Amino acid sequence: MRKSRTLNLGTGSFVLLGFAALFFLTTQTTSHGLAVFGPAHYQVIAKFDNVGDLKVGAPVSMSGVEVGRVTKIDFDSNEYKAVVLLRLNERFNKIPTDSDASIYTQGLLGGKFIGLTAGGADTYLKDGSQIDFTQSAFVLENLIGQVLANFTKQKADEQAPARADPKATEKTK
Amino acid sequence: MIGELWESFTDALEGLGSVVHFLFRLVGNTPRVLLRFSLISQQIFNSGALSLIIIMLSGLFVGMVLGLQGFQLLQRFGSEEALGTAATIGLVKELGPVVTALLFAGRAGTALASELGLMRATDQLSAMEMMAVDPIQRVVVPRFLGGVIAMPLLAGIFSVIGIYGAQLVGVQIMGVDSGSFWSQMRSAVSLSDVTEGIVKSFVFGVACSLIAVYQGYYATPTAEGVGRATTTTVVTSAVVILFLDYLITAAFL
Repeated sequence: MRKSRTLNLGTGSFVLLGFAALFFLTTQTTSHGLAVFGPAHYQVIAKFDNVGDLKVGAPVSMSGVEVGRVTKIDFDSNEYKAVVLLRLNERFNKIPTDSDASIYTQGLLGGKFIGLTAGGADTYLKDGSQIDFTQSAFVLENLIGQVLANFTKQKADEQAPARADPKATEKTK
Repeated sequence: MIGELWESFTDALEGLGSVVHFLFRLVGNTPRVLLRFSLISQQIFNSGALSLIIIMLSGLFVGMVLGLQGFQLLQRFGSEEALGTAATIGLVKELGPVVTALLFAGRAGTALASELGLMRATDQLSAMEMMAVDPIQRVVVPRFLGGVIAMPLLAGIFSVIGIYGAQLVGVQIMGVDSGSFWSQMRSAVSLSDVTEGIVKSFVFGVACSLIAVYQGYYATPTAEGVGRATTTTVVTSAVVILFLDYLITAAFL
């Protein structure tokens, strides 16, 4: 009797420890938290021309405070735009309908997140509404491409007058 | 020459077939054994609780090495803060399940195989059959289920201890910021990473326990046979674990 008691005690504490470890892994090492019993939320959509490398699960913030997360990114083949589903915490339910959503980068090369800037309307976003004012992600490659294009154009402009110059001087003669 | 090759090929196929057949026999007997849970609980103690010390110690040192190596590597790119993410993803997805399964095969698998092999060698299994007690139900299935239940729990404990080992080296000794260690980890590790680890450890648990009880149950009833069964258990388990690891990783990509 005594022996089976210590045995059961050992098994019980081992199983408890094991499940505690699995619980720790699912809730403490991931951003998932206890989303099953998570806070109430509502979903809004925003359409962007380009989302860059925005990922599902990226934070949505207002004035730097996290108010929700990106839950889905899809492509609208009629408008050729990216459709982003945002899940916002019910606690922040006074976001004006004319607020604008932009995609920002955390740090210089960090992950992307969505920043909301409040508008001035009297009506507020609710479940299913759409954010109309959006600004696409800042894509570094496009910027580099633009800089390079400008640079080569400038070079070509500098060379062109130089080649044209002798003729011009001849004409004046 | 070709005849020999063909023979060894058919032998291997036959072995695989009899393992699968044995697995179905075990699963078929599972519902009846579940009613006598005390038998299983005793085996969870034997395979799980008794492996706890070696799992926890190995987890701590694996985590500490990850912390040290990860810090050295990430420092070159000036992103030491990603240490938490790197160590956690490495532990939860790969090292936790695989190293735990290898240790489990060495600690619990060999114990199962030699125990069952000795029972076979000393005719205890035949004696049970004489008393109309089904040795599969009374002896083999509880050991198999005990291993299957214990393995994911052990892998979870291994990963958690490992994360704290990495934290110990990274944050306490090397001076990575504790806040960014945990917050970067939380934003980068997703639930599917953890699920992958749990699925892996469960599959490894089934594979290790099955190989161990199969080798023990069908061991040649001699001293040499029991020894060979134990060796085969460890070797086969190690290869099968790494093979399954590749398959599951590919499936989750």
